[in-house]
Amino acid sequence: MRQPNNMILETALKLLLFFIVLFSIYIFTAGHYYPGGGFIGGLMTAGAIVLLLITYDIKTVQKILPVDYRIVTAIGLLFSIGTSAGALFFNVPFLTHVFTHVEVPVLGDLALHTATIFDLGVYFVVIGVTMTIILTIGEDE
Amino acid sequence: MLEIVIRISLLCCSLSMLGLIYRVIKGPTVPDRVIALDAIGVNLVAITALISIVLKSHAFLEIILLIGILAFIGTVAFAKYLEKGVIIEHERTR
Repeated sequence: MRQPNNMILETALKLLLFFIVLFSIYIFTAGHYYPGGGFIGGLMTAGAIVLLLITYDIKTVQKILPVDYRIVTAIGLLFSIGTSAGALFFNVPFLTHVFTHVEVPVLGDLALHTATIFDLGVYFVVIGVTMTIILTIGEDE
Repeated sequence: MLEIVIRISLLCCSLSMLGLIYRVIKGPTVPDRVIALDAIGVNLVAITALISIVLKSHAFLEIILLIGILAFIGTVAFAKYLEKGVIIEHERTR
């Protein structure tokens, strides 16, 4: 009986995973000025976790990333609703966003926008929903 | 000059893609088809890069990396399915 051994895949994963996660974070943060945003960034992060799942198995990945993806979905929705409803406290309509220029010591002049927090909610919802679907199908014996 | 070179390269990429599509349809075994699809992904990267030169835009550069990553994940998933019968195992048997 031949013992399957995917050492090449595991070694390649250790290098590639950082690139995929970094690329997804880049594509998420660049979404305001360049193509990208929360949706595709979340899908790429989910793709990185799927690559982890393909290389190892559900139990090992659950040990590496002890995350309940349904809670991730809930947190994402909370972020989006929180930023939308937060506008109501300042006597402006629902979903009004503000932005301001902030001088950060190392990074310099940054235009911080509350739409980023809304986008972070989208990012978490996409990760949560995608991983819930894949894990629910994958766990089916 | 560059225009002509890009047109010729696009033509070559399309011809090689046609050959690969022939292999996807005709390929006697499943691994043939998987490898042909992976090579189609690589060709798609080349075509996207050439098209972004034609359109004089750098909006597609993320797409190139995206296609590369997605082709890799898809090929690995298919290879694991052919090798072990499942894509995502519950617990490793090794």
